[in-house]
Amino acid sequence: MALAKRIIPCLDVDNGRVVKGVKFVDIRDAGDPVEVARRYDREGADEITFLDITATHHDRDTIVHVVEQVAGEVFIPLTVGGGIRKLEDIRRMLNAGADKVGINSAAVFNPEFVRDAAEKFGSQCIVVAIDAKKVSAPDEADRWEIFTHGGRKPTGIDAIEWAIKMVDYGAGEILLTSMDRDGTREGFDLPLTRAISEAVAVPVIASGGVGNLEHLADGVIQGKADAVLAASIFHFAEYSVEHAKQHMQSRGIEVRL
Amino acid sequence: MSSAAVIDYGMGNLHSIAKALQHAQPSTDVLIASDADTILHADRVVFPGVGAIRDCIAALHEKKLVEVIKQAANDKPFLGICLGMQALLTDSEENNHTDCLNLFAGHVVHFDKNLHDETGTALKIPHMGWNKVTQQSHPLWNNIAQDSRFYFVHSYYAVPENAQECIASSEYPDAFTCAIARDNIFAVQFHPEKSQHAGLQLLTNFLNWDGTN
Repeated sequence: MALAKRIIPCLDVDNGRVVKGVKFVDIRDAGDPVEVARRYDREGADEITFLDITATHHDRDTIVHVVEQVAGEVFIPLTVGGGIRKLEDIRRMLNAGADKVGINSAAVFNPEFVRDAAEKFGSQCIVVAIDAKKVSAPDEADRWEIFTHGGRKPTGIDAIEWAIKMVDYGAGEILLTSMDRDGTREGFDLPLTRAISEAVAVPVIASGGVGNLEHLADGVIQGKADAVLAASIFHFAEYSVEHAKQHMQSRGIEVRL
Repeated sequence: MSSAAVIDYGMGNLHSIAKALQHAQPSTDVLIASDADTILHADRVVFPGVGAIRDCIAALHEKKLVEVIKQAANDKPFLGICLGMQALLTDSEENNHTDCLNLFAGHVVHFDKNLHDETGTALKIPHMGWNKVTQQSHPLWNNIAQDSRFYFVHSYYAVPENAQECIASSEYPDAFTCAIARDNIFAVQFHPEKSQHAGLQLLTNFLNWDGTN
């Protein structure tokens, strides 16, 4: 099989600056998003994801300018998530040069939005972001639920059923984040990743918890993910994307080098 | 100054391709065009597209671009990308059969639903990501290493009737045609505008191509 598993660095962007993950209390500045995106492109990133965590609506224009600038010089797929609630938001991001958008809470509040978006712009650019948390007791079979508001609000929706439904509504890809693992650096929730990846026909991106390169390989080999996403391990040059790919290749995973 | 028209018929995102063409060769006048005049006066034409084939063909008819495309494809360097490649075949099985432009005899078909890799893992549809492209000799592959990876995202692929028109193939898991060419026409299933160095090189080659082999 010649299709490569993808490594996707994620930039959490707050008001035009890259910050370390949302879950960290002491948010550390990790630089200018355009500079960081350039570096990831040089290192061989397969795609780049921007997660806009800017709190106020007014400052959201900043991310549009970031995407415009990156798209003018970085020629790999770009995804933008965070604050995508209307068809107009999607159009704005695509016009700025994004190739895909990530829809998260808006899908939970209004699943039809995903259908409308896929109908209007095509499934290839609709990534549904799922934030899941384990809700089963230790002696029960594994069960995960969808949470909103950064993992604080339960919805009562089963994560596997939700993933299947979102694909049915037109999601072209699933970005799956374990809210139990996000920011912990303990590795992906592998049973969750595998359960979702085996339940849907579209590619699944594993996210949340990467602390070292072995975690990335685990996500593909044990979690059956088609792509792996990580933020903080790449931001401070702890590991380069190239480094990560070499490691995955040493574990027998097909990568683009 | 030489010019390249990117055909705008409302199907998807033309900014990526326009930006990539401009980056590949800053001296080219890149025009996003939906009118016959601009398209037919440009030195070369790029026909992109994403989405569903029925909407694509319907949009071409509605904007009266079918004849314009056929004319452009007849006499100047012409590059089809993704749906812009599929639309050149005779027909597609997408949307319960859709008649296409028939510039290349052949069909567009869906990947089998139950594909597995050698470890038995089910393969995902769409075929999305970076895959190796095995080239046949053509000037548009100049300075691109054999088996370079390009970025794909699609669920359907072209099967040209004339095997000689297949100018590159890829595997998922079986070999399929991912580029076709004849005379001044070249068309690819993958996205050169999103395929980093190899993609930009292909676009540079296209912008310098005289349309002959």
